[in-house]
Amino acid sequence: MSVATAFFYLFSFITIASAAMVILGRNPVHSVLFLILAFVSAAGLFVLAGAEFLAMLLVVVYVGAVMVLFLFVVMMLDVDFAELQKSMRRYLPVSGLIGLVVLVELVLVVGSWTVAPQAVLSTPTPDGMSNTAALGQVLYTQYAYLFQAAGLVLLTAMIGAIVLTLQHRPNVKRQNISAQNARTRAGAIENKQVPSRTGVPVP
Amino acid sequence: METLLPLLLIIGKSLLLLILGLTAIAYYLLADRKIWAAVMLRKGPNVVGPWGIWQSFADMIKFMVKEPIIPDGANKGVFMMAPLVTAALALSAWAVIPVNDGWAIANLNVGVLYIFAISSLGVYGIIMGGWASNSKYPFLSALRSAAQMVSYEVSIGFVIITVLLCAGSLNLNDIVKAQDTQWGMLGWYWLPLFPMFVIFFISALAETNRPPFDLVEAESELVAGFMVEYSSSPYLLFMLGEYVAIITMCALLVILFCGGWLPPANIWPLTEVPGVIWFVLKLTWFFFLFAMVKAFVPRYRYDQLMRLGWKVFLPLSLAAVIVVAGVLQFAGFAAQ
Amino acid sequence: MQIAAAIKSLFLKEFFGAFFLTFRYLLKPKPTINYPHEKNPQSVRYRGEHALRRYPNGEERCIACKLCEAICPAQAITIEAEPRGNDGTRRTTRYDIDMTKCIYCGYCQEACPVDAIVEGPNAEFATETREELFYDKQRLLANGDTWEREIARNLAADAPYR
Repeated sequence: MSVATAFFYLFSFITIASAAMVILGRNPVHSVLFLILAFVSAAGLFVLAGAEFLAMLLVVVYVGAVMVLFLFVVMMLDVDFAELQKSMRRYLPVSGLIGLVVLVELVLVVGSWTVAPQAVLSTPTPDGMSNTAALGQVLYTQYAYLFQAAGLVLLTAMIGAIVLTLQHRPNVKRQNISAQNARTRAGAIENKQVPSRTGVPVP
Repeated sequence: METLLPLLLIIGKSLLLLILGLTAIAYYLLADRKIWAAVMLRKGPNVVGPWGIWQSFADMIKFMVKEPIIPDGANKGVFMMAPLVTAALALSAWAVIPVNDGWAIANLNVGVLYIFAISSLGVYGIIMGGWASNSKYPFLSALRSAAQMVSYEVSIGFVIITVLLCAGSLNLNDIVKAQDTQWGMLGWYWLPLFPMFVIFFISALAETNRPPFDLVEAESELVAGFMVEYSSSPYLLFMLGEYVAIITMCALLVILFCGGWLPPANIWPLTEVPGVIWFVLKLTWFFFLFAMVKAFVPRYRYDQLMRLGWKVFLPLSLAAVIVVAGVLQFAGFAAQ
Repeated sequence: MQIAAAIKSLFLKEFFGAFFLTFRYLLKPKPTINYPHEKNPQSVRYRGEHALRRYPNGEERCIACKLCEAICPAQAITIEAEPRGNDGTRRTTRYDIDMTKCIYCGYCQEACPVDAIVEGPNAEFATETREELFYDKQRLLANGDTWEREIARNLAADAPYR
C-alpha cells in the first residue's frame, strides 16, 4: 500500500466519520465544527486526486467564509434540543418515508449511470499544464457562458438579499467620513478677541 | 526505504524550520515589546539577560509551569482545542514559504492559495475559544473577529489576484522569480502595484488583529477578548499563533511585493549575499513596520472598520483587478 | 480641496508623518532608571519608614509626651507610659505604629519636641504579611539605630529652614 493510498483511506474515513457526527452530534456548534472537519478532509481528498486548486477553493470559500457565518449564526441561536427531539419523533414516519423515496431514487439513478461513450474524459492535470491552468482553460473557453450564467445567479441572489434586508431608517445620524477627513484647522477653529464683560454671541 | 527517505527528509526539514522559526518568534516578540516601549520612551524588558534577550524564554517557562484553568461552564473539548488550532494552523502556513530559491518544505503549485486558505482558517481558533469559554467578553470578541477577518480576507484575496495576474503563477517561488528584473528593487511589485501594496499591508494588520484593528482583544472594552478565560500553556499557544500569523503576513508581503530573497539591486557585492539574509532583512523591516503601527495608531471604531473594509478596500481592489488585467492584456505584458 | 485630501490619504501622508514622529521618539534617550540598581536623588525631607532615635550616649529620646499619638490623623500610633524603675523618668512601655494605617503625613515628627520619632529615608520595607507591618517599640528603635547616620545628616541639612 503506497503512502497516497494510506492517506486516501485516512481522509475518506475522517470525512465520513465527521459527516456522521454532524447529524449525530447533540450540540449544534459541535455539528458545525465536524462539518468543517469534513470539508477540510474533503479538500485533502481533492489534493490526492490532483485537483489542488479546487481543494484550496473549498477551504477558502466554504471553510474560510461560509462556515464562519454558519458558526456565527448557530452560536447565536439558543436551540432547545429536548424540544426539538420530541417534535422529531412525531414527524419520524413522514420523514422516514421521504428519506426512503430519495434513497430509492438515488439507487435507481446511480445504478443505471454510465459514462457517455463519446465524452472526453478530463483529467485534473493534463500534460504540460498545472491543475489551475487546466481548470481556467476549461472554464473560460468551453464553459464560458455557463460560468457567466452562474455568476449572474449569484449576483441575483446577492441583490435579493440586499433588497430584503436594506432599510433606510430616518432620524439616524450617519458619519460622513470624507467630509470629516477634509476638515482642516482653518475651517474648524476660529480665534476671537473677546471684549471684557460682553462676550461673543454664539451662533 | 524509497518512500521512507523523503518522508524522513520532510520531517527533518519541518523540525529544523520549527526550531529556527520558534526561536525567531521569541525574538520578534521581544522586538515588538522593545519597539513599542522605545516609542513610549520606556526601556522595555531589560532584566532577564543583557538587554532582556532571554525574556521570551522566561515567559515561556512561566506560562508552561503555571496551572491551566478551565472555567466550570466551559465546553472543555472545544476550549482546549482552540489554542491548538490557532498555533497549528499558523505554523502550517510556513510549509510553503520559500526563504530562498526553492527553500521551502513543500513547493506547492497553489502556494498562495494555500497560505490564503490557512490564514482564513485562523479565525476558527478565535471563534472556538470565544464560544467555548462560555463568557460574555470572549463571545463578543469571537463575533467581532468573525466579521472582521471575513471582511478583510475579501480584499486580501483581490490584492493577491492582482499580483497573480502580473506574475502569471500561483507558485510562491515563481512569483518571486517573476520579480527578478534588471531594475532591481524598482522591478518588484510594490512600485507598480503600490496602492495594492498599501491595501495588503493594512488588511494584513486587520487579518492578524493588530492595532489599529485589535477590536478582538481591545483591552479597554473586552479586557483581552477571546483570551480572557485562558491561562498558562493554552494562552501561550494563542500568543504563539498570533505572532506566527503576523510573521507569515510579513513573509507574504515580502514574497508578493518585495521580491522575496532577491537583492535590492543586481550589483556585485549585493548579489553575493545569500538570499536568506535578504529575506530575513525584508521580513524584519515589515515586522518593524507592524510594531511601529501598533505604537502610533489609535484603535478603529467597529463601524469604521467595516466601512474601510467593504466601502474602501473592496471597490478599490476590485477596480485594481480589472485595471491590472486590462493593462496587462492590452499592453502586451500578459503572462502566456 | 477634496482632490488634495484624496491624494494625501492615498499616499499615506499622515502615516508617514506619524511614522517619522514616532521614529524620532524611538531613538530618543530613555528617562527610565534601572530601579533597584539606580535610584533617583532623594530630598532630605523625604518621609519614609519611621524610626525612634537615641541620644549619642544610648539613652532613648522619647519622653512619652504622647503628642505624636494625639496629632496622628490616621490614629496609627499607640503609646503607653509609666515612670521607669531605675531612675523614675517618664518613658514609654509600649510604642506601636500600625504602618498599614500610617499615611506618612509627617505630623508625628513635626509634633515631637525632642526629635525622637522621625520618618527616615528608607522606603523599601515591603513585607510578605500584614503582621510584619505592625511595628513595636523594639523595631522602631532598631530602625533608629540602623538609619541614625542618614537621619542625623538629613535633620542637620534641613535645620536652617525650620
